[in-house]
Amino acid sequence: MALPENLVAEFDRMVQKYPQRRAALIPAIHRCQEELGGWVSPETMEALAEYFELEPIEVWGVVSFYPMFRTSKPGAHVVSVCHNISCDLRGAEDIITKVCEVTGAQVGGTSPDGKFTVERVECQGACANAPMFDLDGVYHEDLDDAKVEKILGDLS
Amino acid sequence: MSHPTYLLDRSRIEDSHTLKVAREKGAYAAFEAMLKAGQDPKDVTEVVKASGLRGRGGAGFPTGLKWSFMPDATKDDRPRYMAVNADESEPGTCKDRVLMREDPHGLLEGCLIAGYAMGLEAVYIYVRGEYRLPYKRMQDAIDEAREAGLIGEGILGTDFSLEIHMHQGAGAYICGEETGLMESLEGKRGHPRPKPPFPAGFGLWGMPTTVNNVESIFNVPFILERGASWFRGFGTEKSPGNFLCGISGHVAKPGVYEVPLGIPAREILEQYAGGVWKDRKLKGWFPGGSSTGIVPASVIDTPMDHDSIKGIGSMFGTGAMIMLDETACVVRASEVLARFYDHESCGQCSQCREGTQWLNQIFHRIENGAGTMADVELLESLSHGMTPGKTICALSDAAAIPTLAVIKHFRDEIVEHIEKGGCPFKASTGNAPAAAGTEVHA
Ligand SMILES: Cc1cc2nc3c(=O)[nH]c(=O)nc-3n(C[C@H](O)[C@H](O)[C@H](O)COP(=O)(O)O)c2cc1C
Ligand code: SF4
Ligand code: FES
Repeated sequence: MALPENLVAEFDRMVQKYPQRRAALIPAIHRCQEELGGWVSPETMEALAEYFELEPIEVWGVVSFYPMFRTSKPGAHVVSVCHNISCDLRGAEDIITKVCEVTGAQVGGTSPDGKFTVERVECQGACANAPMFDLDGVYHEDLDDAKVEKILGDLS
Repeated sequence: MSHPTYLLDRSRIEDSHTLKVAREKGAYAAFEAMLKAGQDPKDVTEVVKASGLRGRGGAGFPTGLKWSFMPDATKDDRPRYMAVNADESEPGTCKDRVLMREDPHGLLEGCLIAGYAMGLEAVYIYVRGEYRLPYKRMQDAIDEAREAGLIGEGILGTDFSLEIHMHQGAGAYICGEETGLMESLEGKRGHPRPKPPFPAGFGLWGMPTTVNNVESIFNVPFILERGASWFRGFGTEKSPGNFLCGISGHVAKPGVYEVPLGIPAREILEQYAGGVWKDRKLKGWFPGGSSTGIVPASVIDTPMDHDSIKGIGSMFGTGAMIMLDETACVVRASEVLARFYDHESCGQCSQCREGTQWLNQIFHRIENGAGTMADVELLESLSHGMTPGKTICALSDAAAIPTLAVIKHFRDEIVEHIEKGGCPFKASTGNAPAAAGTEVHA
């Protein structure tokens, strides 16, 4: 697989920011994940390895280290619920239960209709607005059951 | 709320993130004055030193002193860098996000002054990957500032040049540790480096590097403009200035509040955060993020500054207070945090890799009714094997210290779990049990 031209053009600009090309690898993986189906496929990793003049195993080593990178295809929407302390103190587990109920997905999995992937994540830095989740890259804060139903219901 | 403020003043104004509004409200004034006056860069560092500003990223290290560790440019002409630490992943901590989102030009001005003082080639602002809006605000601010001649070659017609770049991380707590951050910025796994060598001599790409927290750098323009003695008018002698206190958990009004260092914790809780929620009593609190040991309600009158919090056996950390009411379970809180440290350990050191796994499993079994009295001693001996200074970085300590603190202050509650065969608070929290295991991501 070759990387799409628009991405290559972006990467060519990105690498200029750094004295060494490889520094742009993580931002580049983000862009691939955003543009190429919400995950980093083995083909994408190979293409990235070629672009950055690395061994594919080195790209894999980076992709697998960082929690934000996915190595399997997610549903159309991804709900990442924080389960760390400030959120836990304000009912994060109940929010997780509610999210699963509304989406029909289990934690760590995708709903049968392929619409939602639900996952637990560590502190997202929104602790004063707990509990919270990230939906497709946007934070939703100060959640309660009604809000969860409204936000996710509007999508399904 | 009678305390004077400066950090968040601009943030309260509409569209404060735009160059136009920020400049009208004083952004870049300190930098321009310094540049036009051709101030000696060494003087700038001296002013920051004299102010007594201490790092707001967790360790409280004096910022000016850190800058002065950079090698003398006349003897070492290698390119030098600063990485601004915007990884903000310490549970409870949610302040840098506010600064970047509402007042990105304030942070850029701090970077410009730091760049001038240390003779930097470039500044990289390393933002945790999840902070998309703060990243965008920062990037837009950089674009606007560049357009206005404030960033790049020959800034404002002088011979001073500086590049400022945004860099997006990808969600790993360990990348907030300064050497993990540098590895990550170089495009690698965020594995902390053994120290020495220290970043000032061997940092990003092996070049002299300073790593500072967002809020630390954000303070700098105010110090330069108004003077070190003005700054010392806030806070205490050894911990001057205001800080952003993120207060979360069981309070009526969680939030990020600007308060002077040395303010009694009770005043933050009661006057700013509206007291403990639901008319309940306080049980315990973490003074400065999840890595600082929990302390009991009885010390709530302690001043929030580095020395005073150290005096009650904890740490000021990031100043992020996490409050637990009387219905909260400290074993569950410990379990949630142990699970976190287990998940985030990078695995290089066996004490940390194995230790965090054990702590997680033991707290989980105590909370769920399978703990034994021997587990309390096991928690203690494991923790002593993990701290102090036994590993490459301080994540191991960050997991062990709160464990020792919870045993010290809440041993009875742990024992009660063991004797009763489960959590005595479960019914009252109205919250489903925490999940076990560390494979939390899809
Ligand atoms: C495990 C670990 C995580 C850390 N995370 C952060 C962080 O998210 N943000 C931060 O500014 N400092 C963090 N630090 C502290 C940094 O290593 C470093 O001390 C700090 O960025 C220096 O900036 P300052 O002197 O301005 O405080 C962390 C340290 C450790 C050990
Ligand atoms: S202490 Fe833990 S997180 Fe730090 S380097 Fe060692 S294994 Fe990694
Ligand atoms: S604990 Fe959930 S956002 Fe910090």
